[in-house]
Amino acid sequence: MSTVGIRTRPRARARRRVPAALLLPALIGLAFLTLPLVGLLIRAPWTDMPARLAEPEVLAALRLSLVTATAATALSLVLGVPIAWLLARSDFPGRRVVRALITVPLVLPPVVGGVALLLVFGRNGIVGSWLDETFGITIPFTSAAVVLAMTFVSMPFLIVSVEGALRGANEGYEEAAATLGADRWTVFWRVTLPMIAPGVAAGAVLCWARALGEFGATITFAGNFPGRTQTMPLAVYLALQSDLEAAIVLSLILLTVSVVVLASLRERWTAAP
Amino acid sequence: MNAGQQSEPDRRPGSEVRETDSGTPPGLDTHLVVERGEFRLDLRLRVAAGETVALLGPNGAGKSTALRALAGLESLSDGFVALDGRELDRVASRRGGEPGRAQWVPPERRRIGVVFQDYLLFPHLNALDNVAFGPRRQGLRRAAARARAAGWLDRVGLGDMGDRRPKQLSGGQAQRVALARALATNPALLLLDEPLAALDARTRLDTRAELHRHLTGHTGAAIVVTHDPVDALMLADRLVVIEDGRAVQEGDAESITARPRTDYVARLVGLNLYRGRAEGHRVALDGDLTLTVADPLDGPAFAAFAPSAVALFLKRPDGSPRNTWRATVSGIHRHGDNLRVQLEGPLRAAADVTPAAVAQLRLEPGQQVWAAVKASEIRAYPT
Repeated sequence: MSTVGIRTRPRARARRRVPAALLLPALIGLAFLTLPLVGLLIRAPWTDMPARLAEPEVLAALRLSLVTATAATALSLVLGVPIAWLLARSDFPGRRVVRALITVPLVLPPVVGGVALLLVFGRNGIVGSWLDETFGITIPFTSAAVVLAMTFVSMPFLIVSVEGALRGANEGYEEAAATLGADRWTVFWRVTLPMIAPGVAAGAVLCWARALGEFGATITFAGNFPGRTQTMPLAVYLALQSDLEAAIVLSLILLTVSVVVLASLRERWTAAP
Repeated sequence: MNAGQQSEPDRRPGSEVRETDSGTPPGLDTHLVVERGEFRLDLRLRVAAGETVALLGPNGAGKSTALRALAGLESLSDGFVALDGRELDRVASRRGGEPGRAQWVPPERRRIGVVFQDYLLFPHLNALDNVAFGPRRQGLRRAAARARAAGWLDRVGLGDMGDRRPKQLSGGQAQRVALARALATNPALLLLDEPLAALDARTRLDTRAELHRHLTGHTGAAIVVTHDPVDALMLADRLVVIEDGRAVQEGDAESITARPRTDYVARLVGLNLYRGRAEGHRVALDGDLTLTVADPLDGPAFAAFAPSAVALFLKRPDGSPRNTWRATVSGIHRHGDNLRVQLEGPLRAAADVTPAAVAQLRLEPGQQVWAAVKASEIRAYPT
């Protein structure tokens, strides 16, 4: 395979002009994608940045965002990896339907997801009323609701990523483990999971980043209570109404986190064979 | 995690007593039937404990399918697998199938060790932990499992390689780790899928000799799947040749090399083979030709002779009781120190001649020659 690649690749690529019809839109697109970020950096109130970062509302929102996004990622791992395994390694009736259902949250507007969550987990919802009557637990407009909203929109990213890793992994290793006396759970835990670890990690990072930026489902299902359900994106939106500079600071923090995540993902991707 | 396994002390290696119900001898007894579309594998096989059998056959003959079916990685369409008197697999009787109740034991509880063709050493574990993987699953504690693994690595001569990852091992070393990993579970049946195919010629020679030593020391049954007759002859006590999913010939090295029964086997052992009808000293071949043979025989028969028994002449030889026929040279290529000449004509045959003879006869493709074989050089045996 590699020899073919070497043979077909020209020794030295001839320098040829890029057609203007491609170059011009490409440059405009590039500017469109980067200028807002540059604008953010230019308009940032760098001098009183430290003071603003230390404001209790900012810290509370940041802390809540990090904790809930991490919790949502953990929940997605616990529930999503088994789903990915079922999709990739077992053959059950309706598997196509399940895969289609899983991709729905990927394309569904998050606000709609939030409404749907509210209908199920709300006080009068199917699950919500039962939880309320049996345990006295109310989910909407709590931090738990934030985690659920984030999990709903971000778990599909993890599932898709892990399923891809599972399909790419050589099942021969799992057969070898079985002949050595490992039952299916041990095979998964001791062989499959360590081998697809890079894929799981990439999926978890994607999932975490998506959860961190989650806005629509959160504000619909969990509301916007500072310290309890007000995550960073919500705080940015709120700050924008009254204090532009605060919104810029909060945005910069989110931007920094995103860039760090992207960098760590790139490392993964370039390290992969 | 292995609580379930620990509660089965009989699975612990060493404590196993090779005793079987109804006095059946320990070892493998199986009838494998696997149907996959057009392909059908139908193989009856018995391998005694301590015996090594080679499944020899061309690519696509069903060797690997048989091996996977034995290991429980492929389901049977019909038949059964019994190991040391314990039934591992039985397909509920269909028309003409084997009688008995349906039974299926998953791979992890079969006590069948497999050395895979591409070894499949776990890339995330070092050599020691690869070998310790099986003993761990049998309920040994980490330290005990590692101790056993270290012992096996020592036995295959890799005692100092325990901390190497599979990627850091050479092909020959990886092969030995894979063997150690399979043997460390003390399997009642060891399966080896083309164990030497991935090695270069030099490594192959050393590894083959070492593998033979370990197979001799293995107390359970062993099956080696290979398409290389040399591997089969060197490693196994008995050969089963399969073509198109069926056993076409079975026997020890001597009987197979002396009396091939299919063109494939004849090619493997390097003999010219023909079918015909024998009447006394004469065997009438399917073509027009009749061969004179030394041993008298009657009925359907095979006639075989070595390429080195064929002599080539430009003019028809006379005198001694030879079989002679006119042939056309269709190809010449090196074969060891000699040259192998492919002959077409009433009898398609290979002849080994010295380079000097080729020069003297000025042999070249398309040339007409006379071929001759002494009656005493032709072996005839019933089909």
